[in-house]
Amino acid sequence: MIREAMEMPPKGGFSFDLCKRNDMLVKKGLKEPSFLKTGTTIVGLIFKDGVILGADTRATEGPIVADKNCEKIHYMAPNIYCCGAGTAADTEAVTDMVSSQLKLHRYHTGRESRVVTALSLLKSHLFSYQGYVSAALVLGGVDVTGPHLHTIYPHGSTDTLPFATMGSGSLAAMAVFESKYREGLTRDEGVKLVSEAICSGIFNDLGSGSNVDICVITQGEKEYLRNHMLPNPRTYISEKGYSFSKKTEVLRTKITPLREMVEVIEGGDAMEE
Amino acid sequence: MVGKNCFAIASDRRLGVQLQTIATDFQKIYKIHEKLFIGLSGLATDAQTLYQRLVFRHKLYELREERDMKPETFASLVSALLYEKRFGPYFCQPVIAGLGDEDKPFICTMDSIGAKELAKDFVVAGTASESLYGACESMFKPDMEPEELFETISQALLSSVDRDCLSGWGGHVYVVTPTEVTERILKGRMD
Repeated sequence: MIREAMEMPPKGGFSFDLCKRNDMLVKKGLKEPSFLKTGTTIVGLIFKDGVILGADTRATEGPIVADKNCEKIHYMAPNIYCCGAGTAADTEAVTDMVSSQLKLHRYHTGRESRVVTALSLLKSHLFSYQGYVSAALVLGGVDVTGPHLHTIYPHGSTDTLPFATMGSGSLAAMAVFESKYREGLTRDEGVKLVSEAICSGIFNDLGSGSNVDICVITQGEKEYLRNHMLPNPRTYISEKGYSFSKKTEVLRTKITPLREMVEVIEGGDAMEE
Repeated sequence: MVGKNCFAIASDRRLGVQLQTIATDFQKIYKIHEKLFIGLSGLATDAQTLYQRLVFRHKLYELREERDMKPETFASLVSALLYEKRFGPYFCQPVIAGLGDEDKPFICTMDSIGAKELAKDFVVAGTASESLYGACESMFKPDMEPEELFETISQALLSSVDRDCLSGWGGHVYVVTPTEVTERILKGRMD
């Protein structure tokens, strides 16, 4: 424990010191915990003035819905956003890490970040872990060179496309895009098309559900429409709710009052020379 | 579970090795500071190790910053510690609950590699988590007072735990308001 204390804080990156022990435990019969996945529908499309990203909001743990309203559109830079599918911890960690690297790069160069910078940082990280960091991303943004949309696969390959879908609901969403997409869409048409694609994923794919999140990025501004559409409201809540006639039996109660923090107020006269 | 300017965090009390019960008064909810609690479910040794590392980091933070950690910051710390072990994880799912700025309640849970799941109503973890999702979903009401919140969380816990062989032997509930912390031990089925 003392040796560990001397090494604090860790230098960053992954530590593999529990791997051997975990293998031993799994052999002895302990079930490895399942990870939170975002069986998802994420889409992006390029319209006349910029990029629109869309995502559903369901996070699953096996067959159970763990989070009915999670955020899958992650901030990378003021002009770049990224949707993530796959293992939730991986998408969150990878987007946070690249977002901070982009910020440092912005401080270093003094310029607005470019989408290809984020793309290169993400793909090199994912490739170096050979697909074990299971994050499938749709990266979109507008920089000085124009609007860009890219998809990044967990092994590190990337595509540059005018419209893209990823996740378990990608086929449902791609069907909508393939039939209705055309170049030069206006903002409202674009938002409507993205909502339709996500809804198609929500209703037809079991791994996607709940609400629709949309992010519209144009030159110089962005609009994050969280819960733009709520096509699955909870309508069956009973008005009076649950009331418990038989109270829970309590064996022991201990009440600890929280002491108020004493505030030192600097009163009195100023110090005289 | 979140109430009106308060929160409640509850756990069962069994410690077991697969089907054999070792202890019936095992503490799973730990206090980080007066308004921040963390419940750790899963492998007991990992829960204790993780708790010790978190208390260590929090004490260092307190010495440097001269204040308690905010729950949101603490959740990011736990997430980072868990993700560091992404390819050889701790077998542990934390539930974090605290009162943040202006005593606004904050709850979140994570899977074993640190994927944060913030919620505004309730979060669950453990072997009985599927039953807990169902029980909390139906019993939860927004803006409950501390007494009603205690009743709701206890009923949800006991009813879910009764349907799970690996949990039980009573319950341990902490209800935290800006002025006091009430710790209660529940009587449940001992089987």
